[in-house]
Amino acid sequence: MDKFLRVDGLVVPLDRANVDTDAIIPKQFLKSIKRTGFGPNLFDEWRYLDHGEPGMDNSRRPLNPDFVLNQPRYHGAQILLARENFGCGSSREHAPWALDDYGFRAIIAPSFADIFCNNCFKNGLLPIVLDAASVDDLFQGVTATPGYHLKIDLEQQIITAPNGMVYRFEVDAFRKNCLLNGLDDIGLTLQHVREIKEYEARRKSEAPWLFT
Amino acid sequence: MGTQTLYDKLWNSHVVHEEPDGTTLIYIDRHLVHEVTSPQAFEGLRLAGRKPWRIASMLAVADHNVPTTDRTQGIADPISRLQVETLDSNCDELGITEFRMADVRQGIVHVIGPEQGATLPGMTVVCGDSHTSTHGAFAALAFGIGTSEVEHVMATQCLLMKKARAMQVLVDGALGRGVTAKDLVLAVIGKIGTAGGTGYAIEFAGSAIRALTMEGRMTVCNMAIEAGARAGMIAADDTTISYLKGRPFAPQGELWDKAVGYWRTLHSDEGAQFDKVVLLDAAEIKPQVTWGTSPEMVVAVDGNVPDPAREDDPVKRGSIELSLKYMGLQPNTPITEIQIDKVFIGSCTNARIEDLRAAAEVIRGKHVAANVKLAMAVPGSGLVKQQAEREGLDKIFVEAGFEWREPGCSMCLAMNADRLEPGERCASTSNRNFEGRQGPGGRTHLVSPEMAAAAAIAGHFVDARNL
Repeated sequence: MDKFLRVDGLVVPLDRANVDTDAIIPKQFLKSIKRTGFGPNLFDEWRYLDHGEPGMDNSRRPLNPDFVLNQPRYHGAQILLARENFGCGSSREHAPWALDDYGFRAIIAPSFADIFCNNCFKNGLLPIVLDAASVDDLFQGVTATPGYHLKIDLEQQIITAPNGMVYRFEVDAFRKNCLLNGLDDIGLTLQHVREIKEYEARRKSEAPWLFT
Repeated sequence: MGTQTLYDKLWNSHVVHEEPDGTTLIYIDRHLVHEVTSPQAFEGLRLAGRKPWRIASMLAVADHNVPTTDRTQGIADPISRLQVETLDSNCDELGITEFRMADVRQGIVHVIGPEQGATLPGMTVVCGDSHTSTHGAFAALAFGIGTSEVEHVMATQCLLMKKARAMQVLVDGALGRGVTAKDLVLAVIGKIGTAGGTGYAIEFAGSAIRALTMEGRMTVCNMAIEAGARAGMIAADDTTISYLKGRPFAPQGELWDKAVGYWRTLHSDEGAQFDKVVLLDAAEIKPQVTWGTSPEMVVAVDGNVPDPAREDDPVKRGSIELSLKYMGLQPNTPITEIQIDKVFIGSCTNARIEDLRAAAEVIRGKHVAANVKLAMAVPGSGLVKQQAEREGLDKIFVEAGFEWREPGCSMCLAMNADRLEPGERCASTSNRNFEGRQGPGGRTHLVSPEMAAAAAIAGHFVDARNL
């Protein structure tokens, strides 16, 4: 996993609550057996006017000019500003894979669905929770100001807006450490092999039917 | 230890290692695997030169991509076929038990786990699928995970987690005639919202929950994730134990007796403290119908489509407006005046034998309305299908004008060929009414099997209590 230290990125606002993982990456693209290549189909049903299927040349498909990601001022955005319960629904990790592949590094919202949030951290994508009033501020800022950038500093846990406002955010210490250092969870867990084996031996004597 | 919730007991019995900040290594007893969320995990394992830690903990099945029509020609879509073949070859290579498409035991992963007794009380159960919460009906700690975590469980038999907060949803009283477990859980979601359970593990309790069969309890826990909670659970009791007796993967003989003794401890202790308690009166719950594009957008069948003008919160008002536009509905329309185009009876929420019996009872001797283009019944597994056919349910469905299909996820998420066309409206027993969920532009109304069956006959929603 790539390290995440700080991002100074263009922000794009997605002003709707309960954006689900079916919207982030529709099911027909889940048939892939790869981890990469989902970016062109991020928000597929909102982004294009036609119906997308795997294997299409996405560069030739008609774009929906009303969808925010297609507006020229937001091209190259790295920070997605969203509303509450972002990423609800299915556990598909294809959702953060698609966001990452598109070029997003961080998502800011008042709340995230649990599984999605977890999946983001596993892929070096930072989900940031801010209170609803701060998120409202940012929505106003980004809508009013073309080229609106935010600076995110994970180590300091702060976001700095162009007007100088600083927003502090919370992040789980373990996950922060993993992101800052690009650590592989499996490698970390395998440092506990002895304890896993001891647990298994103990559990096997207490509840042997679990091991048949 | 003092008084403990069921969640405390399940959590504490699986702690392998705990860091001072609460990050905990939790041992996983059962790992269910399907074709969509596993290929990248198997590949990751292979690239890192790792082997699965405990192959016997794994049970695999293809369900999302399988056709529900004639299977003798295999899967027509080459991309779907490759995904299923990839699961087959990964399972072959590693010696993982898999129910292949031609196996009568094949079906939706959350139907076959319990059906086989592969889900047992006291277990931790995971799957790369959010509806893994279903298995919590057996007093198990069961939750969905992403593909990175699928690989993590394969490699280490553990997951790194922090303990969630505990919520109790207490439903006392008796459900009325024509009101089901599906209506109960939709009413819970309507009350607490789709983010109401975020950060919580939900225990469903109370006399209305205890009165449910295991299949009803599975329906309730299945949709805990639709309330935002990764895990839903219900205490073990006689209903749980008698369901499991004699199932292929369940313990037998002396081990059975020992297991039962342990399972009887799997309930929240008297006086156990929850971080949040939500109360519902079962007698007040009516048959539910969703009208929008989030499961929380739900009303009783005798209600109306809401009017956004009456919503003060601008974000909520915006959501209602977007949903009504997508759903092609006018504010204040009575639910019973909404006409439907298709009916889907199936999914990990409602495709078990009792669901099929209940729907068959409603349509027996009647016929699907002329405006309904397609009504389909998709059993949750080959064994459910077999049982239904033994009882003659297939004939009732076919004579009423339904299609009787092979088992799989089917039009719950429309990954195979079963889908809505743009603008089509469906009465569906599935779990998600998101935009495009059942096909691009498709419009989903979530209901119980009885309500879906009744809508198929009438051509629009009707109150199942009046049947």
